Amino acid sequence: MTDAILDSTRPAERSPDDRLRTDPERPEWPNIHAPDTHLIAADAGHSRSQLLRRLGRNPSFVAGAGLLLVIFAAAVSAPVLFPGDPLSMVARPLLWPGQDLAYALGTDSLGRDVAAGLMHGARVSLLIGLVATTIGVAVGTAVGAVAGCRGGRIDDILVRIIELFQTVPSFILLVVLVAIAQPSITTVTWAIGLVTWPTIARLVRAEFRVLREKEFVMAARSLGFSDSRIVIREILPNALPAIIVTTSVMVATAILMEAALSFLGLGDPNVVSWGSMIGSGRELIRTAWYLTALPGVVIVLTVLSLNLIGDGLTDVLNPRLSKE
Amino acid sequence: MTPLLDVRDLTICFPNATPVRNLSFGLAPAEALAIVGESGSGKSLTALALMRLLPGAARIASGRVRLDNDDLLALPEVEMRSRRGRDIAMIFQEPMTSLNPVLTIGRQIAEVLQLHRGLTKAQARREAAELLDLVRIPNPERCLDDHPHRLSGGMRQRVMIAIAAACRPKILIADEPTTALDVTIQAQVLELLDRLRRELSLSLLLITHDLGLVGQWADRVIVMYAGRKVEEASPGILFERPLHPYTRGLLAASPRLHDRLHYRSARLAEIPGNIASAATQAGCPFAPRCPDRLARCRTNVPDERDAASGRRVACHVDLTESSRGLHHDAALSY
Repeated sequence: MTDAILDSTRPAERSPDDRLRTDPERPEWPNIHAPDTHLIAADAGHSRSQLLRRLGRNPSFVAGAGLLLVIFAAAVSAPVLFPGDPLSMVARPLLWPGQDLAYALGTDSLGRDVAAGLMHGARVSLLIGLVATTIGVAVGTAVGAVAGCRGGRIDDILVRIIELFQTVPSFILLVVLVAIAQPSITTVTWAIGLVTWPTIARLVRAEFRVLREKEFVMAARSLGFSDSRIVIREILPNALPAIIVTTSVMVATAILMEAALSFLGLGDPNVVSWGSMIGSGRELIRTAWYLTALPGVVIVLTVLSLNLIGDGLTDVLNPRLSKE
Repeated sequence: MTPLLDVRDLTICFPNATPVRNLSFGLAPAEALAIVGESGSGKSLTALALMRLLPGAARIASGRVRLDNDDLLALPEVEMRSRRGRDIAMIFQEPMTSLNPVLTIGRQIAEVLQLHRGLTKAQARREAAELLDLVRIPNPERCLDDHPHRLSGGMRQRVMIAIAAACRPKILIADEPTTALDVTIQAQVLELLDRLRRELSLSLLLITHDLGLVGQWADRVIVMYAGRKVEEASPGILFERPLHPYTRGLLAASPRLHDRLHYRSARLAEIPGNIASAATQAGCPFAPRCPDRLARCRTNVPDERDAASGRRVACHVDLTESSRGLHHDAALSY
């Protein structure tokens, strides 16, 4: 009596509606046009070029990238436009900007060219910002990935270490680290990298904890992918947008940290940096305010450009915020 | 005939529960076997156990899973990993989330081919296009460079099937492959699975709670209740003359078109109680809900035994087919 539940193939009992259904004898379903076909045909274009196009249309990203490009060009052209040591005394001290066109941005209390200092300082700031962030991101991603994926005991231990770093105010830790090691570009870079990695580690851990439970990870395991392959090729690309956005802000933080260190006189004494220029101009702030204002403006613009880039990337890369 | 896959006395444990107990079944080459049961009957866990991909706390307490004379449960993890995807592949319920959202379709298919079959990038890409063609995706070349969010649910499930079939596995486990899809797409996906089964001669283990699918697409059905097999038969016989009281209840509770039985015209039959009552049972897990239970059903777990026409059933009640037939008619008439 009950031949098969929902059996629509018995001709005697078919109602007129059932005739519209597909006949299992003809398995190609000619009467059903999958809506998929049309969707795909209508929707051409490639995702990566689309991403670039959306970045190009994002005003924050364009403004930030343009500004950063100018600063980058200044850093690159510094040795050509201002050959020689920017720390050498070249003119009468305390020339105001515009007073002597050979030193358009004036000179400081020791007669050093402010313009040369700013250009060469850009090299130091960008170098330290980029390298320190690379160190921080590499360490942080590795630690966060291991903690997020492994879970259990290893996760507990790594989270304690991260918390240890985060309970100490990072700038105090940075001062201590630099004071122990002799201040130089290398030690300052490493120290900044070492105090910033917990930020990215926490972020990556949180992302990985969510992503490892996703079905596509299970699907990848069911295809025989090894754990390391799943982490690097399946999970990491999904966490990348968050990492990229955070990185742009971390570069800004690193530049600020370096400036603050130099301001306190803990930077590399052999190179000029924006922070050390502000530090040495500080005593003359009432009579020659341009000595602190000019490097200050440059720092503000650099950090602003990186934050604008970060905002633009968030708009485009964050799936929850982007319209698509 | 020796089965391709032979599962013996599989028992899966959580620290405080045993969701699958003493499950045994075989799967012949190119056979389509369906495992049916309601939520919580242990059918998905069984599938994951075959892949040795049980979630965290669950573990296989005892049993044997032989594939081609290798005990899968005894293989070292590295060896098992190389079997996954190559010998046994699996497709999941949720095609929307089973594909990696940030990788292109082409890369996701090519990755399996490169891993298991050692193809170069270019070879893998060509092969991926052929696979997409095999699962009837229009314009495969262009689909390769698309990201999953461009595809609809049915298309994604086709891509999942293409990935699972990429290495010509011997066994394809489909864990509720159509639950998330609408009815017309369901039929297309099952038709595709059935065609692949014949063309690639792979065995299909179809895990579902939809009895309608079983009748049309499976060669053999296992009905599970609370982690135990209660009945095993070919779908025609099972639907014609269900033996186990649970199977009878299930069939009575399913609406049939040709009975003109509809939610509006008559009350739909139901099985009283729910599956949670099985947890505390010393005897047959179905006893608290069973209309025919005997005294010993409460204390003794029924053994699985052979019944007529090649079927197996686990029940204490005298299940001669004549008496069953009467009961069944009576059950339907109210």
